[in-house]
Amino acid sequence: MSDSSLSQPSRSDRLFSSGSLGEMIFRSLCFSAATLTLVAMAGIIVSLTIGGWPAFKAFGINFFLSSEWNPVSEIYGAAGPIIGTLITSFLALLLALPLAVGISVFLVEFCPVILARPIAVAVELLAGIPSIVYGMWGLFVLAPWFAHYIQFPLLMNLSSDSWLGKMVAGVPNGANILTASLILAIMILPYMASVFRELFLTVPAQVREAAYGLGATPFEVVRSVIIPYVKRGLIGVIMLGLGRALGETMAVTFIIGNTHSLPHSLFDSGSTIASTIANEFTEATSEMHSAALTALGLVLFMITFLVLILARLLIGKRS
Amino acid sequence: MNSNLKRRLINKIFVALCTLSTLLAIGMLALILGSLIINGAGGLHLSVFTQDQPSPGMSGGLRNSIIGSIAMCLAAMIIAVVLGILAGTWLSEYSRNSKYGRAIHFLNDVLLSVPSILVGLFVYEIMVRPFHGFSGFAGAVSLALLAMPIVTRTTEDMLQLQPDTLREAGMGLGASQGLVIRSIIWKAAAPGLLTGGLLGFARISGETAPLLFTALGNQFLTFNMSEPMGSLPTTIFQFAMSAYDDWRNLAWVGALLIAMAVLTINILGRVMTRGGKR
Repeated sequence: MSDSSLSQPSRSDRLFSSGSLGEMIFRSLCFSAATLTLVAMAGIIVSLTIGGWPAFKAFGINFFLSSEWNPVSEIYGAAGPIIGTLITSFLALLLALPLAVGISVFLVEFCPVILARPIAVAVELLAGIPSIVYGMWGLFVLAPWFAHYIQFPLLMNLSSDSWLGKMVAGVPNGANILTASLILAIMILPYMASVFRELFLTVPAQVREAAYGLGATPFEVVRSVIIPYVKRGLIGVIMLGLGRALGETMAVTFIIGNTHSLPHSLFDSGSTIASTIANEFTEATSEMHSAALTALGLVLFMITFLVLILARLLIGKRS
Repeated sequence: MNSNLKRRLINKIFVALCTLSTLLAIGMLALILGSLIINGAGGLHLSVFTQDQPSPGMSGGLRNSIIGSIAMCLAAMIIAVVLGILAGTWLSEYSRNSKYGRAIHFLNDVLLSVPSILVGLFVYEIMVRPFHGFSGFAGAVSLALLAMPIVTRTTEDMLQLQPDTLREAGMGLGASQGLVIRSIIWKAAAPGLLTGGLLGFARISGETAPLLFTALGNQFLTFNMSEPMGSLPTTIFQFAMSAYDDWRNLAWVGALLIAMAVLTINILGRVMTRGGKR
């Protein structure tokens, strides 16, 4: 807004002269609704902290270091789910990143104009599919296929002592860390691709055309002009993609196998923080079990919050 | 000459890889929609909408879940749209350049990316635990908390797109700021506000995780939102994880219904945004 005094009278003006009763009610309604955001955020943090406190108090640092999660003997160590969350999210990011860059470059640089919009919409539709649908698809389509065509042949042909053999050890049912990461990658891919595309479109046409005019190939334009131009934003979007992968619940719950031990190989079953909460929370009978799950929730909140702050710092500095 | 050849070769490979990744993504969409239709369309009878969820081995439908989903989503959307539009209005019209406004704007962004399962835990702590019972209301509140930040954000963005000359013209005629907002700015931004609502609706209609500990699920039909309430996503979850073939088939039908609903809402929203911008 160019001149704020025009539509925003001074404070006393707002309160008195323009202030019929209706005006004041409307204004304070708007204010209260906005404040509700603050209340909700504070509520989430406070309720997770209070709910999880007994677990932090009982297990201390072992809550993070131990991987023994045993509701029967009431011992809760969350290393398994925490590590599982981090591994699946990073793997998903690793798989999705090159593809997302590829798609957005294709849409911006190479795609015939008539096709660009339909393809962009298709990619965004992929982002709209609910996670439970991804989960079902993963459980009934991806997992059996993966077990039959990839996991089983590898198990048969690799010696279990070799380094590679150890990486792929596990029950060949397709429910494991790698398939969970694959599903996560498919889920964050369209989101990242469509934001990358918007970022790439912010590069001024003159800059790109100048590079082409010097005889650069499209690959060189992307590598040396476009990527450096949007670098900060790119990293920010990557962090946002990571944040989504970290908190994703249902799809992972379907396909990760849900065991609480530390995963020993890529093809081992595991769990994430979100999948553990989704699986056990309604069945938790003891106070300590609910507390441990709520404490896990707080850990997840802290991780996603950190990632979000990092992303915002990186994106914010661009402008 | 040689290096030129190498450059062109690298470029060819790069173009091929980019094209390939696009094809892969579109292939994925086709694969997922395809398996939904193959596995779900066969079971799509009228009985899905007229009968309640069966015991294993019996025939039945998804009526109670569909009605539960609709009831909770509608209640959530009413809450989210009213509060979201008011909050977005405050952020765009009243709070400009204030510190508190910037803080709320930031917190809204955080709320937008809080994992949905944590919203479920929060609502469990404030609504389920104190009253000793799962309920459709608790489910609706958790969904509303997920949709509200989207509506708030879109409202703020859309209102800020309206030119200040519009506000000045209204004020020049002697209208108060609130009147200008309500009868000029909101009207001008109406298509955008609708889009925000649709985006929020698309987000929550497939949500499962927060409903697990708030509405819980209910195998019987109920219209009473103070009782545990079934919903399509939680029923799909329960049925898909079960060992019974007929339950799994119903889960596929449910997944097909939900995917179609969400995709339709998404496309509707897209069409409307385009209309609004022109």
